[in-house]
Amino acid sequence: MKLTTAGVASGFDKAVVGIAATSPVPPSERSKHIWVGTVPPDDVAGYRGIITISDSAAQSGSPHVHKVREIDHISDGDIVVMEPGSGFVRSLYRPADKHNSIFATERCNSNCLMCSQPPKDRDDIEELSERNLELVRLINPPPAYLTITGGEPTLLGDRLLTLISALGKRMPDTAIHMLTNGRKFAWTSFAHQFAAVNHPNLSLGIPLYSDIANDHDFVVQAKDAFDQTIMGLHQLARWGQRIEIRVVLHAKTIERLPELAEFIYRNLTFVEHVALMGLENIGYAPKNMGVLWIDPNEYQDKLHEAVLILRQRGMNVSIYNHQLCVLKPDLWKYAKKSISDWKNIYIDKCDDCEVQDDCGGFFKWATKLHSAHIHPMKRDNARQ
Amino acid sequence: MSRIFLPLEAYRPVETSYELLPFRFTRFTGDRELLVNETGEYLFAPAGTVAKLVDRKVVFGSPLYSSLKAKQFIYDSSSSPNLDLLATKYRTKYAFLDGATKLHIFVVTLRCDHSCHYCQVSRQTASHLEYDMSTSTADRSLVMMMDSPGKDLTLELQGGEAMLAFDMVKYIVGNAQKLASQRQKNLDIVLTTNLANVTDDILAFLKEKRIKISTSLDGPAFIHNANRPRPGNNSHELVLRNIERCRDVLGFGQVAALMTTTQLSLKHPIEIIDEYVQQSFHSVFLRPISPYGFAIRTRRKTGYQMRAFLDFYKKGLAHILDINRRGYHLVEVYTKILLTKILTPHGTGFVDLQSPAGAGWNVLVYNYDGDVYVSDESRMLAEMNDFTFRLGNVHKHSRRDILTSEAFLEVQQASCNQSLPGCSDCAYQTYCGSDPIFNHATQGDSFGFRPTSAFCERNMEVIRCLFEMIGKNDPDTMRIFWSWLTDRNVSETAKEMRV
Repeated sequence: MKLTTAGVASGFDKAVVGIAATSPVPPSERSKHIWVGTVPPDDVAGYRGIITISDSAAQSGSPHVHKVREIDHISDGDIVVMEPGSGFVRSLYRPADKHNSIFATERCNSNCLMCSQPPKDRDDIEELSERNLELVRLINPPPAYLTITGGEPTLLGDRLLTLISALGKRMPDTAIHMLTNGRKFAWTSFAHQFAAVNHPNLSLGIPLYSDIANDHDFVVQAKDAFDQTIMGLHQLARWGQRIEIRVVLHAKTIERLPELAEFIYRNLTFVEHVALMGLENIGYAPKNMGVLWIDPNEYQDKLHEAVLILRQRGMNVSIYNHQLCVLKPDLWKYAKKSISDWKNIYIDKCDDCEVQDDCGGFFKWATKLHSAHIHPMKRDNARQ
Repeated sequence: MSRIFLPLEAYRPVETSYELLPFRFTRFTGDRELLVNETGEYLFAPAGTVAKLVDRKVVFGSPLYSSLKAKQFIYDSSSSPNLDLLATKYRTKYAFLDGATKLHIFVVTLRCDHSCHYCQVSRQTASHLEYDMSTSTADRSLVMMMDSPGKDLTLELQGGEAMLAFDMVKYIVGNAQKLASQRQKNLDIVLTTNLANVTDDILAFLKEKRIKISTSLDGPAFIHNANRPRPGNNSHELVLRNIERCRDVLGFGQVAALMTTTQLSLKHPIEIIDEYVQQSFHSVFLRPISPYGFAIRTRRKTGYQMRAFLDFYKKGLAHILDINRRGYHLVEVYTKILLTKILTPHGTGFVDLQSPAGAGWNVLVYNYDGDVYVSDESRMLAEMNDFTFRLGNVHKHSRRDILTSEAFLEVQQASCNQSLPGCSDCAYQTYCGSDPIFNHATQGDSFGFRPTSAFCERNMEVIRCLFEMIGKNDPDTMRIFWSWLTDRNVSETAKEMRV
């Protein structure tokens, strides 16, 4: 699925966020809308911006991106941003999708070996924060859930508190899940301020890759990251925040996975969910596949042991990004269809599979690399 | 950011030597050693591991090194949060110390209609009203109870047979609830009773005040009635009938039963446990007899060696596990308490197995005559003319006086197994407790002598036995243990955690 297109920008020097209108909107409502169409409408007055395929230059002074390559991926009601200069048009929010996220920043203070969205060292925080606040104002009706991702959202500092506060006020019933490495919460004052925003429906997804500091630091390529994350987790717990631990499974995290499960139970008993996630072959991962790759088929015993440890102890656990045919049948009930619609595919071998409907399938970038043990399953082996 | 990635070695601490954190250890069967740290984390390791560890010969980065570090047996230059984690767990394990005296036992009367051989309390026949608590003693006792700093208090009303003095029970409950609400305390009330004298009026009162019942069930009729004689020899019949009545009126979970093991009981672990299942209980507590009160005087009838009890316990536990395997949820209470200490980061509120001991610090007993004791057992010693553990009297002393009395300090001195000879270096110390009153009663000295201590013999063997099972890691046994520890029904976990 496409989320970006580009054209020629004119008439604006600051990013413009608006609701896509593919058919004319009454003048009184135009101020929130960006016209999206092959050609501009007859009456363009009052729109926040205009996006067209046509070559017609701006007829008015309003922000305008013309000669865009395509617009078919933009639906009426989508929230899009027009970027000045580059003429990029990005879809920020699609009401029809279940999975929408707020992209906080491209910056990060870690540099994980398998990062699916490699960070960029460009100061985009002010720009993206303003864009995201406007996005929050425009989302209506509120979705059931929304993810805040990055980069590392806590690098926003006070701006993150503003964003979370706005979400809490405008859409208190929307479950917010923020993906963060948790390091910044090691500073008590930040953890306290964050908790003091008192969002009614917020949880944090925080990765932990080992029960041993240097192994974790190696995976995230940052010295002292383990110490900060562990202290951050305890600070967050102290202030009553809801926490999910996320573990990406690969050759460098699988060896001590059962020990990590026990460590989480003994030391982080307060976490409400543990997600054990398959590796995504995108971003930095392909570059580091030499150290990271292990066929999921080979780690089933370790995965099973870790799930058993957590389940016995009454902890909630899910397995993400795994195909049922490589998972032990006992683990099927923990496997979630976790891959967002637009990046979710099945491969040719799946055509004859009787349990495809229950299977999470693959990331679309898994076509190049996936378990050598993918095979069609019979319904008899399905969820019991 | 850069796309240059550094190797694992780059994230090693500069200094790879390590220091030891406090831990204790023991040789274990199967040519193993068992290491246990201050917060109850344990590690089975091959024989020779401790020597290697102490000689600083465990290699950085080896699986053993990693496990020792992750479980906080050692620390190195990259362990700063590990010490915080250790401190947090230590605090959690010792949370029972918060709030000081939480369990307040009121001896409402010494009168009883039963004449049990092992009775811990010195009973009086049902007509002697001078052995009932007076209203002024009740008032003074309640004030002392409410002076405890804790927010959550438990009031346990016992006898004798408390139902024989039910007007006093009503008086105490009414005033306790009034005072608790004035002082903003949460109050739990438990009535310890043989249930033989329950009436509809009594039940209505218990329901209204949401009072829990703790009763005695020693097994099937032939054991129960032999252990617990009463006129008519019908204790078993009465208790069964009235357990059901209480369940109907008060709610199923409001009624708990305890058993005491006599010489007769020792031969019948299976029958006793089956009786608990028969009566739909989901927990049974295999409890040895206490060496106090009539139990001492009738030693020939009821007494036995600890070894015989341990045999009884092990047969019983095996049978209980079988029952769970068949899908009926049945917890052995003492096992669950020890497993909580061994397998979880949580503490327990069980006052009879903790260090510092629960006696005095977490429990006070207010006798019918206003005398205050550190535990029910120490009150029994007084009935045998040994007043070592009488702290004072509610009519003459304040809570402050009581907690600074010579008798209280005598108990406290011997109440930490961390500093008791024979306990201080015991691998099982973290899981165990101390019992100065038991030591005094059985060995004539609060500190006690471990090699001949029945308390030590019992706990060393029960804990060893549990570690034997944990070491075997039989999936079914561990599933049952964890279902107990997480309060989930065994039949539910059987479905969920198939292996």
